[in-house]
Amino acid sequence: MTTRTMQFKIYRYDPDRDDKPYMQDISVEVDSTDRKLLDALVKLKAKDDTIAFRRSCREGVCGSDAVNINGRNGLACLTDLKDLPEPVTLRPLPGLPVIRDLIVDMTQFFKQYHSIKPYLINNDPPPETERLQSPEERDELNGVYECILCACCSTSCPSFWWNPDKFVGPAGLLQAYRFIADTRDQATSERLDNLEDPYRLFRCHTIMNCVDVCPKGLNPTRAIGKIKDMMVKRAI
Amino acid sequence: MKVTKRTFDAVIVGAGGAGLRAALQLSESGLKTAVITKVFPTRSHTVAAQGGVAASLGNSEEDHWHWHMYDTVKGSDWLGDQDAIEFMCRKANEVVIELEHYGMPFDRTDAGKIYQRPFGGHMSNFGEKPVRRSCAAADRTGHAMLHALYQRNVRANTQFFVEWMALDLIRDAEGEVLGVTALEMETGEMVAFQAKATIFATGGAGRIYYSSTNAFINTGDGLGMAARAGIPLEDMEFWQFHPTGVAGAGVLITEGVRGEGGILRNDKGERFMERYAPNAKDLASRDVVSRAMVTEINEGRGCGPNKDFVLLDITHLDPQVIMQRLPGIREISIQFAGTDPIKEPIPVVPTCHYQMGGIPTNYGGQVVAPRASSMNVAVPGFYAAGECACASVHGANRLGTNSLLDLLVFGKSAGETAVEDVKKSTRAHKDLPQEAIERSLERVSRLDTQKDGADVHEARLAMQRTMQNHCGVFRFADKLKEGVANILAVQQDVQRTGIKDKSKVFNTARVEALELDNLIEVAVATMISAEARKESRGAHVRDDAPDTAEKPNGRDDQNWLKHTLWFKEGNRLDYKSVKLTPLTVPTIELKKRAY
Repeated sequence: MTTRTMQFKIYRYDPDRDDKPYMQDISVEVDSTDRKLLDALVKLKAKDDTIAFRRSCREGVCGSDAVNINGRNGLACLTDLKDLPEPVTLRPLPGLPVIRDLIVDMTQFFKQYHSIKPYLINNDPPPETERLQSPEERDELNGVYECILCACCSTSCPSFWWNPDKFVGPAGLLQAYRFIADTRDQATSERLDNLEDPYRLFRCHTIMNCVDVCPKGLNPTRAIGKIKDMMVKRAI
Repeated sequence: MKVTKRTFDAVIVGAGGAGLRAALQLSESGLKTAVITKVFPTRSHTVAAQGGVAASLGNSEEDHWHWHMYDTVKGSDWLGDQDAIEFMCRKANEVVIELEHYGMPFDRTDAGKIYQRPFGGHMSNFGEKPVRRSCAAADRTGHAMLHALYQRNVRANTQFFVEWMALDLIRDAEGEVLGVTALEMETGEMVAFQAKATIFATGGAGRIYYSSTNAFINTGDGLGMAARAGIPLEDMEFWQFHPTGVAGAGVLITEGVRGEGGILRNDKGERFMERYAPNAKDLASRDVVSRAMVTEINEGRGCGPNKDFVLLDITHLDPQVIMQRLPGIREISIQFAGTDPIKEPIPVVPTCHYQMGGIPTNYGGQVVAPRASSMNVAVPGFYAAGECACASVHGANRLGTNSLLDLLVFGKSAGETAVEDVKKSTRAHKDLPQEAIERSLERVSRLDTQKDGADVHEARLAMQRTMQNHCGVFRFADKLKEGVANILAVQQDVQRTGIKDKSKVFNTARVEALELDNLIEVAVATMISAEARKESRGAHVRDDAPDTAEKPNGRDDQNWLKHTLWFKEGNRLDYKSVKLTPLTVPTIELKKRAY
């Protein structure tokens, strides 16, 4: 087994101990079985247990380990170590308050997600069987329902940085579209009303950082465009 | 440290599928409910389930809950309780349809109904041939389910305590459960949650093994808390090794791949499952397939330079089918195996996946324990559902897609029972015994003051290697005996772990040390229960209990058709009988298990 030493620069801040944040230079031995950045982070933590970060599934479906890696948001568990220029600079996701080290406070992000009423609204009495949906209708949800709420997109969006309290952000808007696109949902016009505002939807200036960083390959900009089209159509 | 008290009607620990399903029952009933969770709900490990949830909807071909029940009893190698299994299989359609009504994005048939695919061990007409029973959303069923359940809870305005770690069960001298203590990770503050009903939905503990499909958070917290509070753990020797973990990485590749037509091959390209399970072949039960794979590897027919894996081949499938039905698998394979399964087969090995045992419950979700002369007396105020619980529907081996069903059915039934019990109760909350709170305080403060402590990372690795080497797919009497001594030695280290991080703010080193306290209980329970069970059954197969004419597959019904109960105190074992009488249909009679 071949091992090599990798150099890291990690954003450190523990409000219980530090006056202000600093960058820590640290190295770690990785071997050929360590494929992903998360493998290296786990080894770093074994070396220095005070480094704090979130992680869980280690396969890109839970959305816990989003961090800013060499200036770009991504999931540590899906980032190949071999492609990373060194020193690997790790910072918390930008634009959200830092709790400690690589852990950010996601309250604002989830508040925006909750604001779009992320649940199916259908006021008909439920039938005894499933509500029918054709395969084509179901296909409309592909590329939308797979979101893992990692926040890579919203925290790479300048509009969200400026107005995290007013602009829903790409993650929330993608989910708004997920319910608008669902033929079983009856609240399309209520959902559009909810977004008709100078900030909530229209602060998206199609910068497309969200598309660029999404670790699941989803396209929030396209979904936002579709919502905007529906707004326009119903206005005329 | 000051401990504040907060009072609720009910507290749920865990916000995966079972916890969220139970939470809906409680929130919608109007009870004041707290859901405590280590991670944001959609980060729970249910999210990683892939292939589907079982229900005999019969959307593509004839199916019946009774056939599903038969398959589940057979899959369990007759160790499952037949009352709970009938209950689960009969409830399946109801809970899956409910989920569809909540907005779950199931794939669809041309008729617009929920899409169903075949899965291992699920057969029609009492074991005849594979049937399409697994209701699926591509290969992301767990993700779709967990998000739909969370979203429904947003609608129901459920109160979550996110990134709080439950520490200990609060139980008084009469044995009644009165809540839990918990630590808020962000602040390091400890709170005693007082409740008339406490529901555990804390998931599994697959991280006791070195190679596991499980998330880092699957540390058996509920089992550790229950064991420390004097509740026994049931059937802990039974762990499922999923046939298809990505070799080297451990990441899960769903059985749905074989459901869609995938084939396992050895180094000669041979479809070896034809020799081990002539009827079901690649869709035999998971324990059977895993053993076949390990046998192939042990006999020198593995693949790769070290001949230490086999291949899962879907190159013969239409790429469109792969893109439509198995897109997540393709992603995982490219990410973690470096191969595109459209062009090349995926290297796979059996990998620890699921804990069949757990906290003993009945099918109403009440935790049961021996008391006086009865083996199944409900522990007042205590409920459990999902992987942390043992109802027991999976017995000695779980069928694929029955875990998502388990968490829906028993999450709901535990919720319903808790609602009934709380509404019936006219009494005020009982006072919390101070000793229970002291115990949590001591565990936390020990970590702050421990001198020359054992390293958490090293102690955890020692535990994982011990479990992997001594209690794996095949088990050996001498290895198990040695394993008991080794794991008890590791336990000594775990009792004196030390951490460098003393911060109050989001101290993940402390969380990992507290998790290890729980993992080690599960590991010890597993090794001791496994060493003691002198037969082969389901996932527990020993060298000294081989397949013979009197004891087919090494199963010894005369002596071992019984559930194990492990008690933390003195590592004592006890046994209780299997419930062979279903609710309404005749007993599914014992016979040799073959696929």
